[in-house]
This record gives sequence, structure tokens and C-alpha cells, in this order.
Amino acid sequence: MREFGYQRASDVAGAVALLGADPDTRFLGGGTNLVDLMKTGVERPARLVDIRELPLGEIESTADGGLRIGATVTNGDLAAHPEVRRRYPALAQAVLAGASGQLRNMATVGGNLLQRTRCGYFTDVTKPCNKRLPGSGCPAVTGDHHNHAILGASENCVAVHPSDMAVALTAFDAVVHYETADGPGESPLGEFYLPVGDTPHRETALPPGALITGVTLPPAPVAAHSRYRKVRERASYAFAIGSVAAALDVRDGVVHDVRLALGAVASRPWRAGAAERVLAGAPATTDSWTAAADAELAAARPLPHNGYKVTLMRNLMVAELTRLAEEAAR
Amino acid sequence: MTTVATGTAAPTSAVGTAHTRVEGRDKVTGAARYAGEIPFENLAHGWLALSTVARGRIRALETDTVLGMPGVLAVLDHRNAPRVTTDYTGLLGTPPDPTCAVFQHDRVPHLGWPVALVVAETSEQAREAAEALVVHYDQEPHDVGFKGDHPDAYPLDSHGPAVTGKGDLDAELAASAHVVDREFTTPEEHHSMMEPHAATARWEDGRLEVIDSNQGATWVVGELANLFSLDPASVRVRSEHVGGGFGSKGVRAHQVAAVMAATTLQRPVRVVLTRRQMFSLAGYRSPTTQRVRLGADADGRLRALEHRSLSMTSTVHEFIESSAGVARVMYDADAHHTANRVVRLDVPTPTWMRAPGEAPGSFALEAALDELAEECGIDPVELRLRNEPAKGPVSGLPFAGRNLPACLREGARRFGWADRDPRPGVRRDGRWLLGTGMAAASFGAGAAPSTATATAHPDGTFTVRIAAADIGTGARTALTLVAADALGVRPERVQVRIGDSDFGPAMIAGGSMGTRSWSWAITAAAGELRERLALGSDIPPEGITVRSDTTAAIGALAPAERHSYGAQFAEVAVDVTTGEVRVRRMLGIFAAGRIVNPLTARGQFLGGMIWGISMALHEEAVRDRATGGHVGADLAGYHVATHADVPHIEADWIDDTDPGDPVGIKGIGEIGIVGAAAAVANAVWHATGVRHRDLPIRPDRVLAASQDATSSGGAADA
Repeated sequence: MREFGYQRASDVAGAVALLGADPDTRFLGGGTNLVDLMKTGVERPARLVDIRELPLGEIESTADGGLRIGATVTNGDLAAHPEVRRRYPALAQAVLAGASGQLRNMATVGGNLLQRTRCGYFTDVTKPCNKRLPGSGCPAVTGDHHNHAILGASENCVAVHPSDMAVALTAFDAVVHYETADGPGESPLGEFYLPVGDTPHRETALPPGALITGVTLPPAPVAAHSRYRKVRERASYAFAIGSVAAALDVRDGVVHDVRLALGAVASRPWRAGAAERVLAGAPATTDSWTAAADAELAAARPLPHNGYKVTLMRNLMVAELTRLAEEAAR
Repeated sequence: MTTVATGTAAPTSAVGTAHTRVEGRDKVTGAARYAGEIPFENLAHGWLALSTVARGRIRALETDTVLGMPGVLAVLDHRNAPRVTTDYTGLLGTPPDPTCAVFQHDRVPHLGWPVALVVAETSEQAREAAEALVVHYDQEPHDVGFKGDHPDAYPLDSHGPAVTGKGDLDAELAASAHVVDREFTTPEEHHSMMEPHAATARWEDGRLEVIDSNQGATWVVGELANLFSLDPASVRVRSEHVGGGFGSKGVRAHQVAAVMAATTLQRPVRVVLTRRQMFSLAGYRSPTTQRVRLGADADGRLRALEHRSLSMTSTVHEFIESSAGVARVMYDADAHHTANRVVRLDVPTPTWMRAPGEAPGSFALEAALDELAEECGIDPVELRLRNEPAKGPVSGLPFAGRNLPACLREGARRFGWADRDPRPGVRRDGRWLLGTGMAAASFGAGAAPSTATATAHPDGTFTVRIAAADIGTGARTALTLVAADALGVRPERVQVRIGDSDFGPAMIAGGSMGTRSWSWAITAAAGELRERLALGSDIPPEGITVRSDTTAAIGALAPAERHSYGAQFAEVAVDVTTGEVRVRRMLGIFAAGRIVNPLTARGQFLGGMIWGISMALHEEAVRDRATGGHVGADLAGYHVATHADVPHIEADWIDDTDPGDPVGIKGIGEIGIVGAAAAVANAVWHATGVRHRDLPIRPDRVLAASQDATSSGGAADA
């Protein structure tokens, strides 16, 4: 691998200054994805700025009743936090559904948001990939794509976002906060990940040189009644082939509030807005769940070998909404 | 005390008593050094550069640029590498796979073929330079498309004949009350042992020494001596600790490249494979397409049995996955036909992988038997009991003990099989459909000539030396127990030294033959030593050493069908709305001779069974037709079972003593995986009512099948 320089930052401004405008430098959080990519040559930074020691390791309640999660909070600490478990249980479940205990103790919230796809063409530098090498082509479209996107993809890239955590954060309208040399900024997670289009190598709305400092979760009473369900090809330690973060508030047999986000179906965590609109004010019945799932999946464009995901996601959405409605009825 | 009393004290019985690994403390504290981490002075590091095309010729290598990179000492390629010869037959009776004879020509027969070795002062420098090496190819069209009806397939003999046959198949099938005719497929599977291949080569006082991670020092010495035209006595291979082998750790590109570089540079050179390189350089199990036709009387007795298997190999070496060989041991029929065929494609050469032939073959045959049981309305255990052959179905030889029925009965009893409702798709636990399945298993119990020495020391201790390999199996410990009993002393007084070719020729850790072969040689040496010591002479400071050689004794064995047996039982849960399949419990009962060390033996059986779960549900290397290489060639992309996939799992064994056998010990490395995947697949059918004949049983396949079954009114939604 390429030899690289290593620096450690002690405060946010210093970290941003150390990175500067150098496109050849990367922030290093837990390193659970970046270091792997450096070994395989997908990432070849000249310099790393280690941000593990920045004072961004806290989870705090916000004045409006939400949560602010620091960028260097580990996945393990996030999942174990009592307020996360009480107010946003799907978020804790999503984090625990990912990786392994060892990895969760290293991986950070900021790094998790920026992790790269595990598409087998992206991670192999001997193969073409528009995300890694713009213009080189997307062999997954005609090659192996059984775990690729059914929603929001383009002919230029059909890779899926690997994060579980980000799916739950998307369902709960999280906002990403960052710092640049010109000052702080923020981006709702729903707009943070860019559409694929013909620029699959441009993944986020983060300005060049920006450092993610944290994520805020607005207050959402519905989130207290939420679940995360992940389906994968083995019982543990695998990326999702489909996942759902769902929150449901039923009053008098009618949907009062609902949140739905899907994982492993698109280049980004997929907020199921069409399904949510169908469910707004709808009776809490299986027919509603099915109609909502169908509304969301009407936009699905499966490839020859991933059509099963349409069935899977429909079944998952219906199953999780059913389960939440049953829990509400108790 | 200078005279050692053996056997006159209280008799020991170390064999059969649980014993933790003698090197266990070293391993868990990190004191045990593996081949890639033993320090050497002046060590240089080689890194293999692999082809990025699947077929063609090397037109040019831009080595000048690379030679100018930091720390780079040399680049070896087909233009400057030492010449080797491949015109010989190795220890295992086959010519070498030319894949290991690196840098001899400009042809590229598969993607991931070594085109150069970059040697540098550090491993990182070598890797960076190797990955920067620009290679120009004249690319040619490739064919990596393995399919059952490939027109270029041909039968190929292996250790057995490619084709066997007796009786009129069509006539017996026509006369059968029940017929099953099914096609099964298994995917390309990789060994993926924990420790990657690693070797350090150096010249020391005129001898070539290789510190290696392999399954047999004798084997590797023979191959290297032949390849480099050296006197075998001038080559020494050591392999103290080995982190798994599974059939993959013989001679491969990295050892040969390391020897070339050490010879060229005249300094020690280490070459280590990455996980990704292992996918193209370390062998693998070929995918198979198998057709099984069974015909039976109304009472389930087989009249017709045909098993045909197709596998693939490279264009440079013939290797066949002999999956159709299983029925030659397991079941007889009036018409009995088996055939193993192979097709040559632009892929790396496959090799032996845990239970070669039996693992995929038993999946097809035992799943087909399950379908026949359903057809006949006979319990699957009972069907197998009714088809127990009296003699070798193909060989006609007597069985030297065949304790399969006892395994089946004991397994059925402990699993609670008698209470099983045979109807599929009728048990539910929440979102899960539940089912149980079983399969029978066998694996050969061979032995190969080995030598050993036993030395009595004046202090009352003993040293046994044998070029055995402990590839994680616990062989060193097992051999210590065998030696202790043979010497009539407690194991604490015996040191067994292994993994050094200077100890003399010995069998490899492979074919489930290692422990049986080595124990034989150790027992013989120990017996002779006891006779010497019984004469009562003083033991000199250098000790008294005797050497054994089992070549004659093994040659004198009466011909017979010698095998271990097993019965596998599994319970699975299937969510047909998500396609998830989870094994809930598993039981394997084995008849595998005298069990030397119950502790590590259990690990061997369980390891095989867990691999069977992996094979049934997870393992699959995906080959990209466009490039001819793999997609996701790492342990994130290539799934093996995790702890969470391994449920309540039990392995046990029945008494399987054979007084007529000179050793009484059988190998146990492979029998555990045989039949395991079939038991899981049969349980998936029992849970859902859908037969899955293509492995692995992935969620997408379960989903698709349940949708088909639902739309056609099948039982999947019961």
C-alpha cells in the first residue's frame, strides 16, 4: 500500500485546518472501513488526520427534546445509550444489527455515515467501477448484482449503501452537522446522500474539506415505538440484503404517525415517503400496510437477479408494520 | 535412573481420554510462531503480481519503473526467473499443477495467474511496487462458464476410475415402482483457512531451507526438489504450526517464487499470500452439476442407481471433483452406474478440499434418497437401513466393519426421529416453518507409508519424531497420546516433534489418512523401542533411537472396503417471507474407529458439520463472466457460518473397534462434513415443502421458490 503521513488532531478547528484543501488527505475515525480500502488500494490517501481524540464523543439531549450525537461516538456506545434505547429503539437495534462487537467498539457515527459500498466491483481495483473510476463502466449491471439496488439507481451505478445505522437515522429525520474552514453547516440526512444519476462517485453533499461533527435527532414521539429488522444471508456479521426501520403510532385504529426507511435497496438509505403518505390517516389494517408497501415499491426497477428484493421488501414492510400495530394494541 | 521401565508400571490409557492441546498455551498466548511471522536476519519480502486478464499472453512488463521504487531489490518474471521442471510425479501420485511453476512462459491461463514477483526490503514496499507494476497483455477470449451441458466435458480417472457400471439401467428404471431423476448443483467453494499461505526460503550451508505453512513437509520437499532439480536431502522444509489447510496447503506459487528469489538474491525471502490472492492461487472446490437417477421397488429396495457428476478444471492441469464416487461405497443396486466428468475452462486449477468428492457428492445422493423416501412413503432412516449393501457395490470387496446402521439408529434415537411427522410444511413457530432432515455419510479410512523415530532418554523421557503436520486438528496432541500408550508411559513423559522433513518421509495431513498413518509408524517405533529397552541395557547420554517404516505393513493389508461412517440430523427454521434459513439443532453420530482424543475429535466432527451448514446455506464464490475473475473475493463477500449460525450442535461416536485392524484408528478430518449439507437441505424441504437442489440455499432462492409454490398452490405457504 501507499506510504502515508499520519497526524492527530485535538480540536475541531485544528482537524479542519490539518486537512485543509488537500484532496489526498482523509479523516480517520475508527478506520474500520477506510483502512480496509487502503489495503486493497481503493483509497490511497497521502495523509491521514486522526480525529478519534476530538471532543465529539458525547450523546446529549437537546433543548427541544431530541438528541445530539457526537461524530466520534462509537457505534457500541450509541447502541448502549439509555436515551437512544428509550426514545429511538430502532436506532439501537440497527446499530446492533451491524458488524461485530469489536468493530462497533471502533467504528464512529461520522465514519458510519461515510462508509463506502461493499459492491464487489467497487472494492476490486482490477475491475471497472464508475464510483471508483468515473467513466470506467458498471459491470454489476450485467454481472453479479444479486445484492444491488432496486430503487433510485441508474445505469451508471447500482450499488447499495451498506449502513444499518443510517437507515434508522433517515427514518427519524436526522440532521448531519459539519465544520468547514468557512464555519459550520448542516444537512438533513434525507438530502445528505446525493442521487446517483451520472455521478455515482459524488456520494454526499458534504463540502470539500468538511468534518462531520455530529448528528441531531429531532424529537419524535413515534420513534419510541420503532423497530429495525434486517435480513441477511447469514445470522450475523453480514450486510443487509434488505432492512426496514419502522415507527408507528396508532390511535383509535387509525395511523396517527408513521416513519419508514429501507436499507440495502438503493445507493442511500431510502426514506419510504410514498408509503408514509399512503398510511397517513389510514386504518391500521393489513390492507393499508400492503397498499403502502406497494406504493413505495411501484418505483422499483429490479435487475435480472435481484427481483427477489421487491418481494422481500414488501414482506418486510408489512411484517414490521403488523408487528408494531400489534404491540400498540397491547 | 538410566534404565527406563516401560509398561511394567500401571498401564496407561491416554488414548480415549480428553487431553487439551499440548501446544495450547503457546497458541493462545501468541508464543507459537507461524510461518509468516518467524523473524530472520536480512529478510527480504516478495509480493506476487497477478494477471488481470483470464487468458492471453504477456506482451510487456514495465519493470524498470518498479525497480526504481523505494526498497525494491528485484523483479522476477518469465524473462529472468530460474527454470524449473514439471516433468515428474509427486508424492500423491500426480504430476504437479503447473500453476506452481511460476514465471516459465508468457502464457496466462486464468485471471490471478502470477506474472511477476517483486522483492523489496519491506513487505509494504514490495506490495506497493507489485501493485504499481504495469503489465501489457495480448488478451484472448476466455470461457469461464461452467454449465451442466458443456460440450467439451470428458470422463477423467482420479484415484478411482472415472466411470463404473453394472446392470441395465433403463430396464431396471422401467421396472421400478418409484423413480427419482434429479439434477443438483453445488457452487465453487474455497478453503479460506484462517492462516494464509506463507513461506520463507533461504540457503543455509548449501541446503535449501523453507519455513512454511503446509500439510506435509515430506510432500513439499519432494515437490521443491523435483521442481528445482535438487537432491531431496539438500532440501529441508519446516512447518511447526499451521493455521488450517483443508487440502489447500501443498506446493503453491508462493513457495516456488520464494525459492527463486532466495536463490537469485542469496538472502532469505518471504512470500505471503493475501486473502484475495488465495482465491486464485490456493485451489478451491470446483462447482458441480450432478444428475442422480434412482429406481426402487415398492418397499424401497434400490433396483437402479445412476450418479453422474461434472466438475471443472483449468486448461493447464487435470483435477476432478469425484462426486459420483459416493455411491460406490454407500448403496448397491441391480443396475449401478457412476461417472465423473470434467471440463477445462480458463480458471485456476481446483484441488482437494475437505472431503473432496464426498462433500458435494453426498449432497446430491443423500438429497435424492430423501426424495425417494418421500416417493416411496418410507421413513428416510428406514430407507437407508433397507439398502445396506453386503459388500462393496463396485469393488465386491468385504467391508472391514460397516457401522452405518448403528450410527443411523443411535442418531435417530438421540434426535427424537421416531416422533417425526413426515408431512412437509406443517410445523410453525411464529414466522418460522420448522422441519427436520437427515443424511448418511462415509469417508475412506486409508493409510499411507510413513516413518517415525522413537528415542528413549536417560532421564526417563521419550522423544518421538515424525514429519506429521498439525494443521489445527490436534494431531500433535493425538500423536502424543498414541505414543504414550505405545511406550507404556504417561503423556507428560513424551515429547512429539513434528513438521520437519528431516524427520524422514511421512504421510501428509490429508485424505483423513494422517493420524492413522502416523499412529501406525509411531506405534511400530515405540514397540520396537520397548523391546530394545526390555533387554535392560543402560541408556547412553544420546539416548536409544529406533526408526520404523510402515511401507511393508501397509502393503500387506488385506484388500477391503475401509471407511468411517456417519449419520447427520438437522432441524431448521425457514421464514419463507424473507428467505432466511436458520439451523436450530444438529446431531452427528459417527463410527470412526478408536477415538484418540475426545476433546479435539469433537472439534473435528463439529467443524465438519458446521462447514456443512456453511455449504448448505452460505458458501459460494461468484465468478464474473466478463472478466473471468471473482467478485467479492474476501471473507466479507464469501460467507461462512458465523457463531450465530451455529445452533445447538452435537457430535458423538459409537464404538467402532476392529480387532483385525493393525491400528484401529481412522481419520476424522472429513467425515463430519459428509452428508451435513444434505441433512440441512432435506430439513428445509420438510419445513417448507419445497426442494432446493442448488446450493447454497440463499434467501433469494427460498423467496423465489416459495412464490412459485404459492402461485401454483403448493405447500410452501402451509
